[in-house]
Amino acid sequence: MEPSSIQEPFDLIRLSLSERVFVKLRGDRELTGILHAYDGHMNLIMSDVEETIMLVEGDQPGVAPTVNVAKRKLDMLFVRGDGVILVSPPSRT
Amino acid sequence: MLIFSVFKTLTDQQVTVELKNDLSITGVLKSVDQFLNIRLDNIKVLDEARHPHMMAVKNCFIRGSVVRYVQLPSEHVDTQLLEDATRRESLAAVKR
Repeated sequence: MEPSSIQEPFDLIRLSLSERVFVKLRGDRELTGILHAYDGHMNLIMSDVEETIMLVEGDQPGVAPTVNVAKRKLDMLFVRGDGVILVSPPSRT
Repeated sequence: MLIFSVFKTLTDQQVTVELKNDLSITGVLKSVDQFLNIRLDNIKVLDEARHPHMMAVKNCFIRGSVVRYVQLPSEHVDTQLLEDATRRESLAAVKR
C-alpha cells in the first residue's frame, strides 16, 4: 500500500499536515491554523491559530437570535481531542 | 504517546492552560502524564476578577479531561519534527 493513498479517515488529516485546516469544536468554537501534529484521540497541535467563538443570544421563539462573534489569535496551541467535531482540509482552489 | 512526549519536552516552560469552564491558568509546566494530566507551578489566573477564589492558589494539578487548550511557547516547538513524528506514528498505527 502506498503511504500517500487514502485508506482510512485519518489519512485525510495526515495529508493536511503542515497545511492550514479548519477545525470545528464543541461550544460554538471554530479554529483555523496550520496543523503540525495529531493522534488517535484527535488531539491536535496547531500554530498561527485564529479562534472564532460564536455567542448566540436570544433563544425565545419568534425572535431572531443575534450572533456575536469573538475572534482571537494564538501562536501555538494544543487542542484536546474530546472537543473536536470535525477537521477539514484546506480548500484547494 | 506522541503528544505526551511533546509535553514532556516542554517541562519547565511557561504555558497557558484553558479549561472547559473558560478558566485560563498560566504557569510553569512541572509534569505531565499519559492522560495529559498537568501539574503547574507558580500559577496565575488570567481573569482574576472573575475567579477570585483562585487567588490564593499557587500550584495545581489539572485533570487532563477538563482541558480545552494549552497555549505552548512556539519557540520551543519544532514543527518539522512534530510533522515527521506524526507521520511515523500514523503509519505504525495502520500496521497494527
